Amino acid sequence: MDATQLAIEGRVAEQHRHHKKAQFFWVWGALLVITAIEVYLTYQNMEPKRMLTILMALSLVKAALIIGFFMHLKFEVSMMKWLTMCSVIGCLLLMTYFFFPDAFRILSLGVR
Amino acid sequence: MAESVVVPEVPSVYEPSLFGTYSKKIGMWLFLLSDSLTFGALLYAYSYGRISTPNWPTPFHSASIVNATIMTAFLLTSSLTMVLAVRAAVDGNVRLQRWFLLATMACGTGFLILHAREWGNLIAEGLSLPAFPAAPGHKAAGEFVDVAKNVPQFPATFFGLTGMHMLHVTLGVIYLGVISLRRKFIPILLLCWLAAWLGTPSYSPFHYGAHVLLVAAIVISIVLWLKPKIYDSSDVEVAGLYWHFVDLVWMFIFPLVYLMSARIL
Repeated sequence: MDATQLAIEGRVAEQHRHHKKAQFFWVWGALLVITAIEVYLTYQNMEPKRMLTILMALSLVKAALIIGFFMHLKFEVSMMKWLTMCSVIGCLLLMTYFFFPDAFRILSLGVR
Repeated sequence: MAESVVVPEVPSVYEPSLFGTYSKKIGMWLFLLSDSLTFGALLYAYSYGRISTPNWPTPFHSASIVNATIMTAFLLTSSLTMVLAVRAAVDGNVRLQRWFLLATMACGTGFLILHAREWGNLIAEGLSLPAFPAAPGHKAAGEFVDVAKNVPQFPATFFGLTGMHMLHVTLGVIYLGVISLRRKFIPILLLCWLAAWLGTPSYSPFHYGAHVLLVAAIVISIVLWLKPKIYDSSDVEVAGLYWHFVDLVWMFIFPLVYLMSARIL
Protein backbone atom coordinates (compact mmCIF):
# COMPACT_ATOMS: atom_id res chain seq x y z
CA MET A 1 0.00 0.00 0.00
CA ASP A 2 1.09 3.57 -0.62
CA ALA A 3 3.06 5.12 2.26
CA THR A 4 0.77 8.17 2.39
CA GLN A 5 -2.26 5.94 2.93
CA LEU A 6 -0.49 4.04 5.71
CA ALA A 7 0.50 7.27 7.43
CA ILE A 8 -3.05 8.61 7.23
CA GLU A 9 -4.50 5.31 8.49
CA GLY A 10 -2.16 5.50 11.46
CA ARG A 11 -3.24 9.05 12.24
CA VAL A 12 -6.94 8.18 11.97
CA ALA A 13 -6.43 5.17 14.28
CA GLU A 14 -4.70 7.48 16.75
CA GLN A 15 -7.71 9.83 16.64
CA HIS A 16 -10.03 6.92 17.47
CA ARG A 17 -7.92 6.00 20.50
CA HIS A 18 -8.54 9.45 21.98
CA HIS A 19 -12.33 8.99 22.14
CA LYS A 20 -13.67 7.70 25.43
CA LYS A 21 -15.82 4.58 25.17
CA ALA A 22 -18.35 6.10 27.61
CA GLN A 23 -19.23 8.64 24.92
CA PHE A 24 -20.55 5.86 22.67
CA PHE A 25 -22.73 4.46 25.46
CA TRP A 26 -24.20 7.93 26.08
CA VAL A 27 -25.03 8.32 22.40
CA TRP A 28 -26.58 4.84 22.30
CA GLY A 29 -28.67 5.65 25.40
CA ALA A 30 -29.81 8.95 23.88
CA LEU A 31 -30.86 7.19 20.67
CA LEU A 32 -32.89 4.61 22.61
CA VAL A 33 -34.57 7.32 24.70
CA ILE A 34 -35.49 9.34 21.60
CA THR A 35 -36.93 6.17 20.02
CA ALA A 36 -39.04 5.58 23.14
CA ILE A 37 -40.29 9.20 22.96
CA GLU A 38 -41.24 8.71 19.32
CA VAL A 39 -43.28 5.60 20.13
CA TYR A 40 -44.94 7.38 23.09
CA LEU A 41 -45.91 10.34 20.88
CA THR A 42 -47.47 8.01 18.32
CA TYR A 43 -50.22 7.09 20.78
CA GLN A 44 -51.01 10.67 21.86
CA ASN A 45 -53.67 11.23 19.15
CA MET A 46 -51.90 14.25 17.69
CA GLU A 47 -52.81 15.94 14.46
CA PRO A 48 -50.84 14.05 11.71
CA LYS A 49 -49.03 17.13 10.40
CA ARG A 50 -47.85 18.11 13.89
CA MET A 51 -46.82 14.56 14.70
CA LEU A 52 -44.91 14.25 11.43
CA THR A 53 -43.04 17.49 12.17
CA ILE A 54 -42.04 16.31 15.64
CA LEU A 55 -41.08 12.81 14.48
CA MET A 56 -38.96 14.14 11.63
CA ALA A 57 -37.24 16.63 13.96
CA LEU A 58 -36.42 13.78 16.38
CA SER A 59 -35.20 11.62 13.47
CA LEU A 60 -32.87 14.43 12.37
CA VAL A 61 -31.43 14.58 15.90
CA LYS A 62 -30.90 10.80 15.82
CA ALA A 63 -29.31 11.04 12.37
CA ALA A 64 -26.97 13.81 13.58
CA LEU A 65 -25.90 11.67 16.56
CA ILE A 66 -25.23 8.63 14.36
CA ILE A 67 -23.35 10.59 11.68
CA GLY A 68 -21.42 12.74 14.15
CA PHE A 69 -20.34 10.16 16.72
CA PHE A 70 -20.77 6.65 15.29
CA MET A 71 -19.68 7.58 11.76
CA HIS A 72 -17.03 9.85 13.21
CA LEU A 73 -17.84 12.83 10.97
CA LYS A 74 -17.71 15.25 13.93
CA PHE A 75 -13.99 14.54 14.18
CA GLU A 76 -13.15 14.77 10.46
CA VAL A 77 -11.62 17.83 8.78
CA SER A 78 -13.94 20.69 7.74
CA MET A 79 -13.63 19.93 4.03
CA MET A 80 -14.95 16.39 4.58
CA LYS A 81 -17.82 17.56 6.80
CA TRP A 82 -19.04 20.35 4.55
CA LEU A 83 -18.65 18.65 1.21
CA THR A 84 -20.43 15.43 2.22
CA MET A 85 -23.28 17.04 4.13
CA CYS A 86 -23.89 19.96 1.76
CA SER A 87 -24.01 17.73 -1.32
CA VAL A 88 -26.48 15.21 0.09
CA ILE A 89 -28.70 17.84 1.77
CA GLY A 90 -28.66 19.89 -1.45
CA CYS A 91 -29.84 16.89 -3.49
CA LEU A 92 -32.58 16.03 -0.99
CA LEU A 93 -33.78 19.66 -0.99
CA LEU A 94 -33.98 19.56 -4.78
CA MET A 95 -36.09 16.39 -4.57
CA THR A 96 -38.38 18.10 -2.06
CA TYR A 97 -38.71 21.16 -4.24
CA PHE A 98 -39.65 19.16 -7.35
CA PHE A 99 -41.76 16.31 -5.93
CA PHE A 100 -43.94 17.59 -3.15
CA PRO A 101 -45.71 20.53 -4.80
CA ASP A 102 -46.95 18.04 -7.40
CA ALA A 103 -48.26 15.65 -4.73
CA PHE A 104 -50.21 18.46 -3.09
CA ARG A 105 -51.50 19.59 -6.49
CA ILE A 106 -52.98 16.13 -7.16
CA LEU A 107 -54.72 16.29 -3.79
CA SER A 108 -56.26 19.69 -4.49
CA LEU A 109 -57.43 18.59 -7.94
CA GLY A 110 -59.41 15.85 -6.25
CA VAL A 111 -57.97 12.90 -8.14
CA ARG A 112 -59.07 9.70 -6.46
CA MET B 1 -6.41 18.02 16.00
CA ALA B 2 -9.26 17.19 13.64
CA GLU B 3 -8.61 20.36 11.64
CA SER B 4 -4.91 19.71 11.06
CA VAL B 5 -3.65 19.27 7.51
CA VAL B 6 -2.19 15.84 6.90
CA VAL B 7 1.51 15.91 6.25
CA PRO B 8 2.77 12.33 6.07
CA GLU B 9 6.15 11.70 7.54
CA VAL B 10 6.81 8.90 5.05
CA PRO B 11 7.78 10.18 1.59
CA SER B 12 5.22 9.42 -1.09
CA VAL B 13 4.55 10.03 -4.76
CA TYR B 14 1.03 11.27 -4.00
CA GLU B 15 -0.23 14.57 -2.57
CA PRO B 16 -1.62 14.64 0.98
CA SER B 17 -5.33 13.85 1.19
CA LEU B 18 -7.58 16.89 0.81
CA PHE B 19 -10.15 15.23 3.09
CA GLY B 20 -7.68 14.31 5.80
CA THR B 21 -8.40 10.62 5.61
CA TYR B 22 -7.45 7.52 3.61
CA SER B 23 -8.86 6.73 0.18
CA LYS B 24 -10.87 3.62 1.22
CA LYS B 25 -12.84 5.70 3.67
CA ILE B 26 -13.45 8.49 1.16
CA GLY B 27 -14.61 5.86 -1.33
CA MET B 28 -17.09 4.45 1.17
CA TRP B 29 -18.37 7.95 2.00
CA LEU B 30 -18.95 8.63 -1.70
CA PHE B 31 -20.83 5.34 -2.05
CA LEU B 32 -22.95 6.16 1.00
CA LEU B 33 -23.77 9.60 -0.39
CA SER B 34 -25.03 8.06 -3.60
CA ASP B 35 -26.89 5.35 -1.68
CA SER B 36 -28.55 7.99 0.48
CA LEU B 37 -30.08 9.38 -2.71
CA THR B 38 -31.43 5.91 -3.55
CA PHE B 39 -33.14 5.73 -0.17
CA GLY B 40 -34.08 9.40 -0.44
CA ALA B 41 -35.91 8.66 -3.69
CA LEU B 42 -37.74 5.68 -2.13
CA LEU B 43 -38.71 7.67 0.98
CA TYR B 44 -39.90 10.52 -1.21
CA ALA B 45 -41.92 8.11 -3.36
CA TYR B 46 -43.56 6.74 -0.21
CA SER B 47 -44.28 10.26 1.09
CA TYR B 48 -45.57 11.40 -2.31
CA GLY B 49 -47.98 8.46 -2.39
CA ARG B 50 -49.12 9.22 1.12
CA ILE B 51 -49.74 12.93 0.48
CA SER B 52 -51.63 12.36 -2.75
CA THR B 53 -53.76 9.46 -1.45
CA PRO B 54 -56.56 10.57 0.90
CA ASN B 55 -57.50 7.05 2.08
CA TRP B 56 -53.96 5.99 3.01
CA PRO B 57 -54.17 2.87 5.18
CA THR B 58 -52.94 2.61 8.79
CA PRO B 59 -52.34 -1.15 9.01
CA PHE B 60 -49.84 -1.34 11.86
CA HIS B 61 -51.42 -2.62 15.07
CA SER B 62 -49.64 -2.20 18.39
CA ALA B 63 -48.03 -5.66 17.94
CA SER B 64 -46.40 -4.41 14.71
CA ILE B 65 -45.24 -1.21 16.41
CA VAL B 66 -43.73 -3.21 19.28
CA ASN B 67 -42.04 -5.48 16.74
CA ALA B 68 -40.64 -2.48 14.81
CA THR B 69 -39.47 -0.84 18.06
CA ILE B 70 -37.53 -3.99 19.02
CA MET B 71 -36.05 -4.02 15.49
CA THR B 72 -34.95 -0.40 16.03
CA ALA B 73 -33.36 -1.32 19.36
CA PHE B 74 -31.52 -4.19 17.64
CA LEU B 75 -30.09 -1.83 15.01
CA LEU B 76 -29.09 0.83 17.56
CA THR B 77 -27.37 -1.79 19.71
CA SER B 78 -25.61 -3.17 16.65
CA SER B 79 -24.25 0.32 15.94
CA LEU B 80 -22.86 0.45 19.48
CA THR B 81 -21.16 -2.95 19.14
CA MET B 82 -19.86 -1.88 15.72
CA VAL B 83 -18.22 1.26 17.06
CA LEU B 84 -16.71 -0.82 19.89
CA ALA B 85 -15.37 -3.25 17.25
CA VAL B 86 -13.67 -0.32 15.49
CA ARG B 87 -12.19 0.77 18.80
CA ALA B 88 -10.92 -2.76 19.52
CA ALA B 89 -9.45 -2.88 15.99
CA VAL B 90 -7.46 0.36 16.41
CA ASP B 91 -6.28 -0.86 19.83
CA GLY B 92 -5.00 -4.01 18.10
CA ASN B 93 -7.25 -6.32 20.13
CA VAL B 94 -8.17 -8.81 17.39
CA ARG B 95 -10.10 -11.18 19.66
CA LEU B 96 -12.35 -8.44 21.06
CA GLN B 97 -12.78 -6.96 17.60
CA ARG B 98 -14.05 -10.32 16.32
CA TRP B 99 -16.48 -10.72 19.23
CA PHE B 100 -17.91 -7.25 18.74
CA LEU B 101 -18.27 -7.85 15.01
CA LEU B 102 -20.08 -11.13 15.70
CA ALA B 103 -22.35 -9.32 18.20
CA THR B 104 -23.13 -6.74 15.49
CA MET B 105 -23.95 -9.53 13.06
CA ALA B 106 -26.18 -11.21 15.66
CA CYS B 107 -28.14 -7.96 16.17
CA GLY B 108 -28.43 -7.51 12.40
CA THR B 109 -29.68 -11.08 12.01
CA GLY B 110 -32.21 -10.51 14.80
CA PHE B 111 -33.44 -7.44 12.93
CA LEU B 112 -33.81 -9.45 9.72
CA ILE B 113 -35.71 -12.28 11.41
CA LEU B 114 -38.18 -9.86 13.04
CA HIS B 115 -38.57 -7.98 9.77
CA ALA B 116 -39.23 -11.20 7.85
CA ARG B 117 -41.82 -12.19 10.45
CA GLU B 118 -43.51 -8.79 10.03
CA TRP B 119 -43.61 -9.21 6.26
CA GLY B 120 -44.98 -12.74 6.65
CA ASN B 121 -47.82 -11.53 8.88
CA LEU B 122 -48.76 -8.71 6.49
CA ILE B 123 -48.68 -11.02 3.46
CA ALA B 124 -50.77 -13.63 5.30
CA GLU B 125 -53.38 -10.89 5.91
CA GLY B 126 -53.56 -10.09 2.20
CA LEU B 127 -51.16 -7.14 1.92
CA SER B 128 -49.19 -8.30 -1.07
CA LEU B 129 -47.72 -7.38 -4.42
CA PRO B 130 -48.68 -8.90 -7.79
CA ALA B 131 -45.07 -10.11 -8.03
CA PHE B 132 -45.45 -12.22 -4.87
CA PRO B 133 -46.87 -15.74 -5.25
CA ALA B 134 -50.33 -16.12 -3.68
CA ALA B 135 -50.32 -17.51 -0.15
CA PRO B 136 -52.79 -20.43 -0.15
CA GLY B 137 -55.68 -20.24 2.29
CA HIS B 138 -54.83 -16.79 3.67
CA LYS B 139 -55.67 -14.11 1.20
CA ALA B 140 -59.44 -14.46 0.82
CA ALA B 141 -60.22 -13.64 4.46
CA GLY B 142 -57.25 -11.36 5.09
CA GLU B 143 -57.57 -8.01 6.86
CA PHE B 144 -55.64 -6.10 4.19
CA VAL B 145 -57.08 -7.57 0.98
CA ASP B 146 -58.98 -4.33 0.34
CA VAL B 147 -55.86 -2.25 1.00
CA ALA B 148 -53.90 -4.13 -1.66
CA LYS B 149 -56.80 -3.69 -4.07
CA ASN B 150 -57.82 -0.07 -3.41
CA VAL B 151 -54.49 1.54 -2.48
CA PRO B 152 -51.84 -0.42 -4.42
CA GLN B 153 -49.38 2.45 -3.80
CA PHE B 154 -49.12 1.37 -0.18
CA PRO B 155 -47.84 -2.21 -0.65
CA ALA B 156 -45.71 -1.11 -3.63
CA THR B 157 -43.88 1.62 -1.70
CA PHE B 158 -43.86 -0.26 1.62
CA PHE B 159 -42.35 -3.46 0.24
CA GLY B 160 -40.05 -1.51 -2.10
CA LEU B 161 -38.63 0.67 0.66
CA THR B 162 -38.38 -1.90 3.45
CA GLY B 163 -37.23 -4.60 1.01
CA MET B 164 -34.37 -2.41 -0.18
CA HIS B 165 -33.40 -1.72 3.41
CA MET B 166 -33.61 -5.42 4.28
CA LEU B 167 -31.30 -6.18 1.35
CA HIS B 168 -28.82 -3.60 2.66
CA VAL B 169 -28.90 -5.10 6.17
CA THR B 170 -28.39 -8.60 4.71
CA LEU B 171 -25.40 -7.42 2.68
CA GLY B 172 -24.09 -5.58 5.76
CA VAL B 173 -24.19 -8.78 7.85
CA ILE B 174 -22.37 -10.62 5.05
CA TYR B 175 -19.80 -7.81 4.76
CA LEU B 176 -19.09 -7.99 8.51
CA GLY B 177 -18.92 -11.79 8.29
CA VAL B 178 -16.19 -11.54 5.67
CA ILE B 179 -14.26 -8.93 7.68
CA SER B 180 -14.42 -10.97 10.90
CA LEU B 181 -14.20 -14.57 9.68
CA ARG B 182 -12.84 -14.29 6.11
CA ARG B 183 -12.91 -17.67 4.31
CA LYS B 184 -14.48 -19.44 7.27
CA PHE B 185 -17.61 -17.39 6.64
CA ILE B 186 -18.30 -18.95 3.21
CA PRO B 187 -19.55 -22.36 4.47
CA ILE B 188 -21.61 -20.58 7.15
CA LEU B 189 -23.20 -18.42 4.46
CA LEU B 190 -23.96 -21.46 2.31
CA LEU B 191 -25.61 -23.18 5.28
CA CYS B 192 -27.69 -20.03 5.88
CA TRP B 193 -28.72 -20.06 2.22
CA LEU B 194 -29.82 -23.70 2.39
CA ALA B 195 -31.69 -23.11 5.66
CA ALA B 196 -33.46 -20.02 4.26
CA TRP B 197 -34.27 -21.67 0.92
CA LEU B 198 -35.48 -25.02 2.23
CA GLY B 199 -36.98 -23.63 5.43
CA THR B 200 -39.39 -21.20 3.75
CA PRO B 201 -42.55 -22.23 1.88
CA SER B 202 -42.50 -21.86 -1.90
CA TYR B 203 -45.07 -19.02 -1.80
CA SER B 204 -42.89 -16.89 0.51
CA PRO B 205 -40.89 -14.07 -1.17
CA PHE B 206 -37.96 -15.16 1.01
CA HIS B 207 -37.90 -18.58 -0.69
CA TYR B 208 -36.41 -16.96 -3.78
CA GLY B 209 -34.91 -13.98 -1.96
CA ALA B 210 -32.63 -16.44 -0.13
CA HIS B 211 -30.65 -16.85 -3.35
CA VAL B 212 -29.06 -13.46 -2.55
CA LEU B 213 -27.01 -15.43 0.00
CA LEU B 214 -25.86 -17.90 -2.66
CA VAL B 215 -24.86 -15.11 -5.05
CA ALA B 216 -23.02 -13.38 -2.18
CA ALA B 217 -21.18 -16.62 -1.32
CA ILE B 218 -20.02 -16.97 -4.94
CA VAL B 219 -18.88 -13.32 -5.13
CA ILE B 220 -17.05 -13.59 -1.78
CA SER B 221 -15.31 -16.80 -2.88
CA ILE B 222 -14.06 -15.10 -6.05
CA VAL B 223 -12.93 -11.95 -4.20
CA LEU B 224 -11.11 -13.87 -1.45
CA TRP B 225 -9.52 -16.20 -4.01
CA LEU B 226 -8.30 -13.31 -6.19
CA LYS B 227 -7.17 -11.10 -3.33
CA PRO B 228 -6.75 -12.91 -0.01
CA LYS B 229 -5.85 -10.51 2.79
CA ILE B 230 -6.00 -9.93 6.52
CA TYR B 231 -8.39 -7.10 7.21
CA ASP B 232 -6.93 -4.33 9.39
CA SER B 233 -8.49 -1.56 11.47
CA SER B 234 -9.13 0.64 8.42
CA ASP B 235 -11.22 -2.15 6.84
CA VAL B 236 -13.21 -2.53 10.05
CA GLU B 237 -13.79 1.24 10.16
CA VAL B 238 -14.96 1.35 6.54
CA ALA B 239 -17.31 -1.62 7.14
CA GLY B 240 -18.56 0.25 10.22
CA LEU B 241 -19.44 3.29 8.10
CA TYR B 242 -21.65 1.10 5.92
CA TRP B 243 -23.30 -0.49 8.94
CA HIS B 244 -24.04 2.86 10.63
CA PHE B 245 -25.54 4.12 7.37
CA VAL B 246 -27.99 1.18 7.33
CA ASP B 247 -28.93 2.11 10.90
CA LEU B 248 -29.27 5.77 9.91
CA VAL B 249 -31.72 5.02 7.09
CA TRP B 250 -33.93 3.00 9.45
CA MET B 251 -34.16 6.06 11.73
CA PHE B 252 -36.29 7.66 8.98
CA ILE B 253 -38.17 4.54 7.81
CA PHE B 254 -39.34 3.68 11.33
CA PRO B 255 -41.25 6.93 12.08
CA LEU B 256 -42.31 7.66 8.51
CA VAL B 257 -43.60 4.21 7.57
CA TYR B 258 -44.51 2.54 10.86
CA LEU B 259 -45.31 5.23 13.43
CA MET B 260 -47.19 7.49 11.01
CA SER B 261 -49.30 4.52 9.87
CA ALA B 262 -50.00 3.08 13.32
CA ARG B 263 -53.58 1.93 13.90
CA ILE B 264 -54.76 3.75 17.01
CA LEU B 265 -58.01 2.38 18.44
